Amino acid sequence: MLYGRTTMQDTFSPDDISAPVDVAQRWTEAGRTVAIATVIETWGSAPRPVGSHLVIDGEGNFHGSVSGGCVEGSVIAEATEVIADGKPRLLEFGVADETAWRVGLSCGGRISVYVERVG
Amino acid sequence: MDLGSLKALNAARHARRAVMLLTDLGEGRERVIAPGDAVEGGLDSAVGDAFRSGKSRVVETGGRKFFLNVHLPPPRLVVIGAVHVSQALAPMAEIAGYDMEIIDPRTAFATQERFPDVRFHAEWPEDVLKARPLDAFTAVAALTHDPKIDDYPLREAILADCFYVGALGSRKTHAARVSRLKATGLSDAQIGRIHAPIGLDIGAASPAEIAVAVLGEVISALRKHGPEQGKTGKA
Repeated sequence: MLYGRTTMQDTFSPDDISAPVDVAQRWTEAGRTVAIATVIETWGSAPRPVGSHLVIDGEGNFHGSVSGGCVEGSVIAEATEVIADGKPRLLEFGVADETAWRVGLSCGGRISVYVERVG
Repeated sequence: MDLGSLKALNAARHARRAVMLLTDLGEGRERVIAPGDAVEGGLDSAVGDAFRSGKSRVVETGGRKFFLNVHLPPPRLVVIGAVHVSQALAPMAEIAGYDMEIIDPRTAFATQERFPDVRFHAEWPEDVLKARPLDAFTAVAALTHDPKIDDYPLREAILADCFYVGALGSRKTHAARVSRLKATGLSDAQIGRIHAPIGLDIGAASPAEIAVAVLGEVISALRKHGPEQGKTGKA
């Protein structure tokens, strides 16, 4: 699990309490704007299974993981857009991607990530 | 995602209920679904399969794309009896990814130092299970041979549709157990769900080998039949 600029409370909570979907609810109820990114498809040796989540808030704080660190930066950047306009986005990453030199998956797999705003 | 959907999803997860978030990837709308809920045409069997397998996936139907995200509770293993077999079973279950706990009201057996890393209840199953009810994602292995301790949790496990119910004891011990459970109103089919003699037939002799046989049987029940198997006799 990756942690961004999380609070002490998030970092030291038990695993279950810190599940990304719980964090998304907590952050939203605390008045923060939140997006959830979800791995919806994988091909080849993807680092995180389908259903994995990364939660991002409007300030760029994040919690969870969709790739074990390879593409989180791009997903967080896209999430900022999703939070701003409320439109969900479908992102694809992989070595065959033209942006592979920047955010490719070193394992050679491909993943599809759905990003949506909460609320 | 609607905050209401997120809250309903999390409420089900924390109550150890199977739940699915069904998202229409085109429209961006989602629905929280429980096993058995009616879903629009074309998705019905995919939803059922996803609940059985626990596998989340994208499904395309009628020109629309949906994401089925299944959340099944992590499997729990409740062992009745702080005996030798449970001592060997505890580290094996942990490695296999099962959340194991032991219940044994006999304080002589119930020394925490014999079970340093396991959740341990030195109380009667009647008291523990009231506070921590069994469910379809829980396996129960009764290992004490003592009817006073084993019978109640075995009956509860059957009524709660636990995905695995096993009981240690010879055929003779088990025959006596069957007639006692029948007297409590359980049917033959319900009592037939108890794995006895307990464990896969691998000729296990030592407590550690019996633990392997029990864990193998628990895994087989979960992976081959799934947590829904106990529900077949019900509406």
